[in-house]
Amino acid sequence: MKKKNDLKGWLYLLPALLFIGVFMIYPLIDVLIYSVEEGYNFASQQYYGIGTYNYSYVLHDPYFLQALKNTFILVIITVPLSTGIALVISLALNSVSKLKDLFQTIYFLPYVTNTLAVGLVFMILFKKTAYSEGLINLLLNGFGIASIDFIEGPYWAKMFVLCFYTIWVVLPFKILILTSALASVNKDYYNVARVDGTSKWRTFYKITLPMISPSLFYLIITGFIGAFKAYSDVVALFGTDLNAAGMNTIVGYVYDMLYGNSGGYPSFASAAALILFLIVLTITMINLMVSKKNVHYR
Amino acid sequence: MMKQIKDLERKNKAKNTIWTVVIFALLIFWAIIVLFPFYWMLLTSVKSYAAYNAEYIPQFFTLSPTLDNYIQAFTAVPLAKYFVNTIIFTAVTTLLMMIVVVLSAFAFSRLEFKGKDFVFTLFLSLMMIPNELVIITNFVTVTNAGLRNSFPGLILPSVTSIFYIYLLKENFEQIPEELYKAAKVDGTSDFKYLWKVMIPICRPTIVTVLILKVIECWNAYVWPRLITDDENYFLVSNGIQTIRESGFGRENIPAMMAAVVVISIPLIVIFLIFHKKIMEGVSRGGTKG
Repeated sequence: MKKKNDLKGWLYLLPALLFIGVFMIYPLIDVLIYSVEEGYNFASQQYYGIGTYNYSYVLHDPYFLQALKNTFILVIITVPLSTGIALVISLALNSVSKLKDLFQTIYFLPYVTNTLAVGLVFMILFKKTAYSEGLINLLLNGFGIASIDFIEGPYWAKMFVLCFYTIWVVLPFKILILTSALASVNKDYYNVARVDGTSKWRTFYKITLPMISPSLFYLIITGFIGAFKAYSDVVALFGTDLNAAGMNTIVGYVYDMLYGNSGGYPSFASAAALILFLIVLTITMINLMVSKKNVHYR
Repeated sequence: MMKQIKDLERKNKAKNTIWTVVIFALLIFWAIIVLFPFYWMLLTSVKSYAAYNAEYIPQFFTLSPTLDNYIQAFTAVPLAKYFVNTIIFTAVTTLLMMIVVVLSAFAFSRLEFKGKDFVFTLFLSLMMIPNELVIITNFVTVTNAGLRNSFPGLILPSVTSIFYIYLLKENFEQIPEELYKAAKVDGTSDFKYLWKVMIPICRPTIVTVLILKVIECWNAYVWPRLITDDENYFLVSNGIQTIRESGFGRENIPAMMAAVVVISIPLIVIFLIFHKKIMEGVSRGGTKG
């Protein structure tokens, strides 16, 4: 009886185990192996040594360093900014009762849309072409600012569009999480604070912020992880040849090494992916340590 | 205490009105930023090519809308083909994933067997592993298996989701144990119990998982791009990228926007119908970005 049950349990798990084994566990071991196989040739599937050359190659590759720089700038700008904006919007949403559902639904819309497709619209809005300055540039001209080519122009302009689009894409999730966190704060706390004549700012700082701190830190942690993995939105704005545009990201570098014009180097791709993983792991650990000190768990 | 609050509220009424105006201004401002790109793509898609290119200053509305761009979008590039491919990919992936996920969630929540805790812990720890790390080997595996430019190659790596297994397991566990025992006494088989009792009871969660997976599939870009270079197997995301880089002769932006509208519509419709469910599901633990 007992034995039969054992078998049955494993039988129900079999499909999942099969897929996870082939497409997750085996690759995980394999990626470590790839990353230390020197001079691996994709066509002949041979290599001539074991060592750390792949890592050192990647860390000295100017394209990788550019990607690293781009990714870090993107992360440092978008994570705090998007979390802050999301908090302001959620607070505003939470203080109204009329139309709250409507606004909430509108704000969530970008979550379900295709990043590539909407990215194309952003590109058109920001792009300066021979026959038109583009809508955003005309808006800038209205304020007396000269036109800038945001898509093929200076680095900071491209970075601005990328940050703007990234924030636009990630906000729906953050607003949703923060709005539900704010809504679940017990109203009695606020009533007591008002009777005591506590100022709005103090109420926010002493009551609201501690109460929603778990959600806030959850968003910061997932925000860092997500921003470090930026890729599709960059492709949407600047096309697939990101190295030429100078806008590559770490994930973009991994895929370029794997496939495409400069592809065919799974060893370099693996080394770069593992470096990314280590960066994300370190940042997440730091985040968790900070959150342990500051988050108020009920 | 209620009276005191009421007094305070009366006193603050004037101040509150200004405050409300500021808040609504902010909310409306952000709503415009969110909606504007959608309006712009819709608007551009109905402007004629000549009219669009003649506008040095883009017009915010058009008096002579045309559907020519949509005809162009379907004739100049194989948009219909991309569409059908994506539907096949989405339907098969979602269906297979549902089977795999439901079976393992059932095993974890109701069956007792040796090694269960070990496997579950293993699964949970695998949730931490980013896709970028395993995609390299999967690319090599699928290429070596000769599955590039094929539906199995597209579909198979994305039919498991440990997160959804976890979500469903939690949900299954909320069904009282007594129900299971009663069914056992009646001689109902495990599979029949799963199919006739558990799935109907957990339908809301299953539907949520289904919708979230459909959205994920429809927007898939990275894996399809790696694994297909034959247009016959392109999904909409890859199609859009191709259109951007070579279709319509780069400058035909109205036709491009028509294509963008066409591929965005299915998800927007799904969202309008299920927005409550989607938002609830995502806030319960979906992640993105």
